[in-house]
Amino acid sequence: MSLVFAGVCSHAPGITGRRDRADPAVRDAFYAAYERMRLALEAARPDALVVIAAEHFANFFMNNMPAICVGMAERYEGPIEDEEWLGIRRTRIPGAPDLSRRLIEEVMNDIDLAYAQEWKFDHGISVPLHFLTPRYDLPIIPVNINCQGPPLIPLKRCYEFGRALRRACAAAPERIAVIGTGGISHWPATPDSGKINERWDREFLAKFLANRREELLAYRDDQTWREAGQGGFEIRTYIAVAGAAEGHTGELWFYAPIPIFAVGCTVAVMNLESKAQAA
Amino acid sequence: MSLYDVQKLIYQLNRDAPLRERFATDMDAVLTGYDLSDEERRAIRDPDVGLLYVMGVNGQLLMHYAALRGFEWSAYMQAMREGERKYGPVRTGLYTSARSRS
Repeated sequence: MSLVFAGVCSHAPGITGRRDRADPAVRDAFYAAYERMRLALEAARPDALVVIAAEHFANFFMNNMPAICVGMAERYEGPIEDEEWLGIRRTRIPGAPDLSRRLIEEVMNDIDLAYAQEWKFDHGISVPLHFLTPRYDLPIIPVNINCQGPPLIPLKRCYEFGRALRRACAAAPERIAVIGTGGISHWPATPDSGKINERWDREFLAKFLANRREELLAYRDDQTWREAGQGGFEIRTYIAVAGAAEGHTGELWFYAPIPIFAVGCTVAVMNLESKAQAA
Repeated sequence: MSLYDVQKLIYQLNRDAPLRERFATDMDAVLTGYDLSDEERRAIRDPDVGLLYVMGVNGQLLMHYAALRGFEWSAYMQAMREGERKYGPVRTGLYTSARSRS
């Protein structure tokens, strides 16, 4: 049928793994925003959920690193991390191999893709699913955009990927939801973990929510690295969602820096009925 | 010797439970399969998480190796800071001169 839901959210491992070390008031408000997103996702009655994530060497390594890879498996497993460390039990997650294959074939008209029939979810997907599909009953199509091991795909190609995904969804009879997970500014897994550039995050989110393509594509990795950390490279997942929701604006449901989670915690949903102003 | 091999070992440990078991029982045997300098081998064996960080191991790999070797979150953060004090700034990779930003 088409794309019926589009949103973005954070995926940092601390969100579940270090839940007891956060300020309960802010943490619970953040969790409530995930819950609101879960309800909105369910209300959209999707047949499958495409999760555009930035994984962290769970499946892909510098021996053969795809710029973008789409899962095409019958089932997945996750999280790959230690269950106690991440605070999420390992489980099997259903895939949608036939729909994956059709989406991949359509997208390949515009964007070269790798595909994978074997995939272990890491926190990049497992943390969002823990909140959004806690019964693991919605078929998932994972997408990875390499945001960890440069060279990285240019931002404009991420937007194009999102556009192509939207066209592919329109060509499929299923109702399809998409979320992007990651960033925004953060310095994860460094001594600067917990540092968050709130001003940078809010500027980026304003551009993202207004879906101002030119402004989103004007970000440069060297500048992002300086101002938003290496974790800022994960804006690629948000930009892909902006491409999928081209022409539409979104609404910020939650943003607050939570340093022990190492990220400005974000939940935002695009309104696919809305119209973005022409840039 | 190769940072690539250090990272590949950690990548494989993170993915592969049987390899983790062999690593726990006979670390040296596992390490023979990788092209490592003496410094790299020592940093993995000890483990010297601070040195691995300074060498340029990607944090998304190192974070899990630190957890595997029993580092609680604060201890892992502290180990990276001590590594910088002891061995100087990060030598290569994504985190080169990370501290000069802050």
